[in-house]
Amino acid sequence: MNIIKHKNWYFALSLLVIVPGIIAMLLWGLNLSIDFTSGTLMTLSFNNTVNNNQVQAVDNSLKSIGVKGSSEISGKLIFVRSSPLDQAQNAKFLSTLSGKYKDVKELESQTTGPTIGQETAWNAFKAVAIASILIILYITWSFREVPKPASSFRFGICAIIALIHDVLVVVGIFAILGHFFGVQIDSLFVTAILTIIGFSVHDTIVVFDRIRENLKKMGGKDFPKTVNDSVIQTIDRSLNTSLTVFLVLVALLLFGGESIRWFVVALLIGIISGTYSSIFNASPLLVLWHEISEKRKIKK
Amino acid sequence: MKKNPRFLLWFIVILTIVTVLLNLPSKGFLSFTKSLTFKKGLDLAGGTSLTLQADMKNVDPAQRSKALDAAKGIIEQRANYFGVSEPIVQTAIEGNDYRVIAELPGVTIDQAKSIIGVLAQLSFWEPNPKGSPILLKNENDIKNLYATQSAYPISVLQYLGTYPIKTNLSGSDIQDTSVTFDTQTGKPEVQLKFTDVGSKKFADITTRNVGKIVAIVLDGRVIEAPRVNQAILTGDAVISGGFTTDTATALSNSLNAGALPVPLIYLQEHSVDATLGNEYLVQSLFAGGLGIIIIIIFMTVLYGRLGVIASFALVIYTLLVVSIFKVSSITPFAITLTLSGIAGFILSIGMAVDANILIFERMKEERRAGRAWHEALELGFSRAWTSIRDSNISSLITSGVLYEFGTGSVKGFALTLAIGVLVSMFSAIVITRTFLRVIYK
Repeated sequence: MNIIKHKNWYFALSLLVIVPGIIAMLLWGLNLSIDFTSGTLMTLSFNNTVNNNQVQAVDNSLKSIGVKGSSEISGKLIFVRSSPLDQAQNAKFLSTLSGKYKDVKELESQTTGPTIGQETAWNAFKAVAIASILIILYITWSFREVPKPASSFRFGICAIIALIHDVLVVVGIFAILGHFFGVQIDSLFVTAILTIIGFSVHDTIVVFDRIRENLKKMGGKDFPKTVNDSVIQTIDRSLNTSLTVFLVLVALLLFGGESIRWFVVALLIGIISGTYSSIFNASPLLVLWHEISEKRKIKK
Repeated sequence: MKKNPRFLLWFIVILTIVTVLLNLPSKGFLSFTKSLTFKKGLDLAGGTSLTLQADMKNVDPAQRSKALDAAKGIIEQRANYFGVSEPIVQTAIEGNDYRVIAELPGVTIDQAKSIIGVLAQLSFWEPNPKGSPILLKNENDIKNLYATQSAYPISVLQYLGTYPIKTNLSGSDIQDTSVTFDTQTGKPEVQLKFTDVGSKKFADITTRNVGKIVAIVLDGRVIEAPRVNQAILTGDAVISGGFTTDTATALSNSLNAGALPVPLIYLQEHSVDATLGNEYLVQSLFAGGLGIIIIIIFMTVLYGRLGVIASFALVIYTLLVVSIFKVSSITPFAITLTLSGIAGFILSIGMAVDANILIFERMKEERRAGRAWHEALELGFSRAWTSIRDSNISSLITSGVLYEFGTGSVKGFALTLAIGVLVSMFSAIVITRTFLRVIYK
C-alpha cells in the first residue's frame, strides 16, 4: 500500500468535505445557541407524549407575554427558545401554559444576557488558539532531535494543519447541520472541538514518533519511503484505537441522553476526521513539504 | 527502571482491594465510607446557577474588588441562612467587569432569586416639622400629593405626613440582630443592637423626636411606626411589627447579612430540576458501563490473552478514577462531577486502552521480527513509551488550557479528562506491564 504516492487524491478528498462546510459557514454562518448570543432556553415536560396542541399552547403563552420564540418536540419534552425572559415573564408564561396543561413542568431553564454570550465565544476562540500554539511548541521541542532531512518545526506545523483540518471538518459539517436541521453550537460543542484537537494531535504524534524512529534507523535517503513505511506500520494501531473510542462514543450516543447527543456527534465526526488526517494528511504533508524544498534547492 | 515485579504486583493488588472497598455499598464494617460520596454538579443534583454582574459605576476603582468580595460574602451568608446546602459562590474579574457566580444546589430559580434579591434595606424616617398630615378631601389634594410627594414611599407619608425625612441611620449601623419573644404577648420580635456610631445616631433621633412618631421602613414598606416615649441612649431597639416566627427570622437573617454593597445585574441563569439531573446521571453511567464492556470485548477479540490482561487493567483504572472522585470529596480539592465531566471520563476510558493498543501492536511487530516473548514485551513497552508520553502530554496541554479558559461545564470536563489521562498512563504502563512480567516470567 502506497499512501504517499496517492497523496494528492487524499488531499482532494479532505477538500471535498471541507469546502462545502466553509461555503455553508460563509453563506449561512453558524447556528449559535444562547450560550454565545442571548436568550432563554426552557425544557418543559408533560406527562404524555407531546403533540401539536401543546406546541400551539406554548406559542400562545409566549405571545401572551409578547415574546417571539420557537419550540422543538422530543417525546414528552418541548424545548422552547426565545429572547431573554425575566422572572416575571417566565412566571407568567408558565402560569398561562399550566392553565391549559396542568401537567406541565419546567425541568430546565437557562437565560443568557448578551455581554456574557460574546465573552464565552471569545474565550472559546482563545482556548483553541492557545492550545494550538502550545502544542506546536511542544512538538517542536519534543522532536528537536529528529534527524535530517526532517525538521522538528515542520512536524509541528504539519500536526497543526491536520488539527485545523479536523476542526474545519467538524465546524463545517455543523454549519450545514445547523442550516438544514437547526442543530446549534453551544459551549459543549467547544469542549468537543478541544477534545478533537487533543485526539487529532495524539494520533498524529504516534505516526510522527514512528517516522522519527525510522529516520534514526534507516537514515533520510528515501524520505517518502520512510514516511510511507511509518504510516503503514502504525495504521493497525491508529484504526484499533479509533475504533475503541468510536465504539464508546456510539454507546454514549445511544444511551447517553438527549442533552449530550450533538456533543457526541461532534466527537464522532472529529474522531473519524482525526484518524483520517493523521494517516492521509499529516505525514503526506511532510513529504510534500520535503519535495518542494528539494526542488528549490535544485533550482538554486 | 527494573523494579521487582512481585513488589509492584502486591502494590497493585492492595490498591485494587482498597478501591473495591471504597466502591462497595457502605454497609456493616464498610460504613466508614459513607462520608465518601460524589460531589455532584448542579446539572446532576438539580439547582440553580446565577451569574451576576456588579454595577461598579458608583464605586471608587480602588475599592471595587473589595466591594465584590463583600457582595460574595453576603450572598454566601444569605444562602446559608436560607438553608441552601453547600452553596458555591465565586467572584470573577474580567477587565472592567466584576462578577459573582452563585451555584445553589436544590433550589429553583425563583427561590434563588429571592435569596439573592432580598435587599433588606432598612431605614428610619422622622417627621418633618414643616410637614402636614395628609388629608385627601378632593381631587386637587390627590394631584398635589402626586406632584410634591412622589419621591417618598406612600406608607411613610401615611404615618408621618408630607415631606418626611430619611435619617442617616440605616441597616449598616446594625451590629447584630436576634429574634426574641415579647414577654407579655409571646409574639416574635426582632431585637436590634446598633454599633457605637449607630447608637449615637439612634440616640439623637429619639431625643429630638420625643412624643412624635418614627417610622421603621424595610424595602420601602413601613413595618413599624412607634411613638417615641423617651430618648433611647443604650443602642438597643425592638421591632415588633406583627411578625410570625418565620418572617421575624427572615428579617433578622437578612439584616445580619446586610445589604449588598453594590447593585447586581443578572447576566446568566441556569436551573435544572433535580429529577432531570438524576435521569442524566443514570443515563451517562449506563453509557459508561456499556462503553467499558464494549472495550473489554473488543480488546479480548483483538489481542486474546493480552486483551484480557488489558481489560483487568482497565477495570482497575475505572475503580481508581472513581475512587479518586469519591475521596476528593472530603478534601478541599473536591472534584465536582458534572454531565460533561462524566463524558470526559468515558472518553478517557477510550484513550486509556490506546496506550495498551500501542504497546501490544509494538509487541506483535517485535514478535514478527523473531524476538522471544519476554524480549518483545520489554521492547514493546520501551519503544511505545515515547509516543505514549508525547500524545498524553499534548492531551494534558489541551485539558490545562480548557481548565484555564473554560467556565463551569468545560472546567469539569477538563479536570476529569486530565485525571483520566494521568491515571491511564499509570494503568497502561505500570499495571499492565507488571501483570505481563509476572505471567511471562
